[in-house]
Amino acid sequence: MKLALIADLHANREAFGAVLAHAAAQGTERHAFLGDYVGYGADPGWVVDRMREHVAAGAIAVRGNHDAAVVAGPQSSMVADARAIVAWTRDRLDPAQLAFLAALPLTRIEDDSLFVHANAWAPQEWAYLEGRSEAARSLFATDRRFTFCGHVHVPMLYNLSGTGKAGEFKPSPGIAIPLSSQRRWLAIPGSAGQPRDGDPAACYAVFDTEAQALTFHRVPYDHAAAAAKVRAAGLPERVAERLGGDH
Amino acid sequence: MTTEGSVAPASLEAGQVIDGYRLDALAHRGGMATLWNVSRVDADASSDAVLALLMKVPRLRGGEDPTAIVGFEVEQMIMPTLTGPHVPRYVAHGDFTRLPYIVMERIEGHSLRERLDAAPLPVDEVAQLGARVATALHDLHRQRVVHLDVKPSNVLLRRNADGSDGDAVLIDFGLSRHDLLPDLLEEEFELAMGTSPYMSPEQVRFVRNDPRSDLFSTGVMLYHLTTGKRPFGAPTSARGLRQRLYREPTAPRTLRADCPPWLQEVILRCLEVRPERRYQTAAQLAFDLQHPDQVVLGERASRVGSGSALGVVKRWFVSLRDSETVEGGAGGQSARSPIVLAAIDIDGAEPALLEAARDTARRLLETDAGARLACLAVMRVNRVGMDELLDADGTPRHLKLLIALRHWARPLQQALSTPAHAGRDAAARVTFHVIEAVDPATAIIDYARRNQIDHIVMGARSSGRFRRHLGSVSARVVAESDCTVTVVRAPTGAG
Repeated sequence: MKLALIADLHANREAFGAVLAHAAAQGTERHAFLGDYVGYGADPGWVVDRMREHVAAGAIAVRGNHDAAVVAGPQSSMVADARAIVAWTRDRLDPAQLAFLAALPLTRIEDDSLFVHANAWAPQEWAYLEGRSEAARSLFATDRRFTFCGHVHVPMLYNLSGTGKAGEFKPSPGIAIPLSSQRRWLAIPGSAGQPRDGDPAACYAVFDTEAQALTFHRVPYDHAAAAAKVRAAGLPERVAERLGGDH
Repeated sequence: MTTEGSVAPASLEAGQVIDGYRLDALAHRGGMATLWNVSRVDADASSDAVLALLMKVPRLRGGEDPTAIVGFEVEQMIMPTLTGPHVPRYVAHGDFTRLPYIVMERIEGHSLRERLDAAPLPVDEVAQLGARVATALHDLHRQRVVHLDVKPSNVLLRRNADGSDGDAVLIDFGLSRHDLLPDLLEEEFELAMGTSPYMSPEQVRFVRNDPRSDLFSTGVMLYHLTTGKRPFGAPTSARGLRQRLYREPTAPRTLRADCPPWLQEVILRCLEVRPERRYQTAAQLAFDLQHPDQVVLGERASRVGSGSALGVVKRWFVSLRDSETVEGGAGGQSARSPIVLAAIDIDGAEPALLEAARDTARRLLETDAGARLACLAVMRVNRVGMDELLDADGTPRHLKLLIALRHWARPLQQALSTPAHAGRDAAARVTFHVIEAVDPATAIIDYARRNQIDHIVMGARSSGRFRRHLGSVSARVVAESDCTVTVVRAPTGAG
């Protein structure tokens, strides 16, 4: 079975549509959404509605920090831009949409796989996996062979060998990487709705559960249109700029 | 007898069936692995039935030998990605949780190791063997794999129908590295990996991503086949290994008077301490070995004796330098500013062809600092009748092509914004154009004429489908354009 791994959509309707079409063309039969459906982008309602349809049809979905923040409302601990985005987003979601986000689990385990937004050791604290030592910490915190997460917006693949050594790998798009049974793996597909590695194309990955192979993808989409909507909505200019590949 | 549950490799015996493969006979029992001749039990049901099969089972001693375990993991990962006549065809592999193995094509022929005992060999034979190995390596490198353990026992020669030696086949990918797959060995071990007589200086320094390392190892083989001796011995200590960083090998002609100067030039060029001074590709090495009269004889060809004190110092000094000085520099650049047109069949061409076209365009741009690139996609419309200008999802086709074209050019623009190209605005050097046309060839020719294009880069015919309907677009552009046209093909055998 081919499973599409999609993280950090961030209310980006254009990217979401492009990724779904690409995933369908790859023959994916199921989706796993790794959190942060809202925040930053101009189409939170549309994205949450599509999410609800997918979850009703059997998709996996876990909660991200942006989803939790929008549910909780703006906090004084947030920087000004973040507070503005949370408030703006919350205003555009109806009670049913907010309830959907509030009900999402922090983690989900299926067979050999753990799905979580940030990390396995403290999912609700949202610490970033910034390198192999954090990746190892996360891999030691679960007994599952595969961990799929988001939060960090750059595609990465970590592994932990039988001798406890962690390795990191920056994947190239379109290459099927066999995930050896001799080690445990942590994959970050990268952000679909707000990539941050200088390439504006949307990120996601496909996990082939039979072949035990993971393929990272980049999907070009009309990021200029998404950025124009962000600007038109009066959201921070920095958010719009980043959609074009600027850091 | 069918096996279930975990299997101990040591207990394997002839007649046993593992995952549908019957062990017919023990072919080889080595230090690292056991090789079995096997056959499929349901031979009729498989296209592999006609292929002679070999099962490689690693000898793993309960976690004592992590390199062997990781090496086999690496081989299981890389072998399935390889194709072509210069590697054994991959068939299947077994999981570590039960019994790790790889089933592959059994190569009928002999190992280059056997010829080593007969060294020194006739010069013609050395050149011929070297050319075969280099050809095989080039095919491997094109598939983005560096072997990193090139040595005679890892080279097999296919037996031709008439009994003569055929293509070289590379085996044992346990130390190899694939550009686009995780390097499990680099992550796991902080030590130099390879076979000591053959390891390149960069391997000694833990660098695992340079295909020119394989050319160094090939040079060691050529040296040995030519002189009967190893250029750097067979050191067993790290210190001994590092000697190749500063000690010049004895010149082959000093050990063998009838070694022609061209062969010494080729061998010593392979054995240069810095990869930049070796052949840059295995294909270049294969070419020289096949065209001795074309080899340009330099200082290496006339070298005599072993490393003099001065030679030692020189090699050591060279090994310390971090990078070669690039000749010319920015000031030497020509003031010419050609316009290059990349006519890209963005939604019809295969990814490998798109990549090849981009590489060609990038090279042209990098060569001429003032060059500009116009990226063009032709949106085909019908001569009569209404055209669908929107896609099924409502995106204008024109916009979709433009987005795809920009995506195609992005790596190129990134290459142009590196420090080497500082001072030039990368964005201003690349432009994008989508035009509508009934006939793509005429549209490209007209566009080039109108815009004073100097050079058109385009892919060869994209697919059988378009070719049937339109004939070859590139053939017409080549025939009818006023300017230079480069027709790019995807490399064959790229995996």
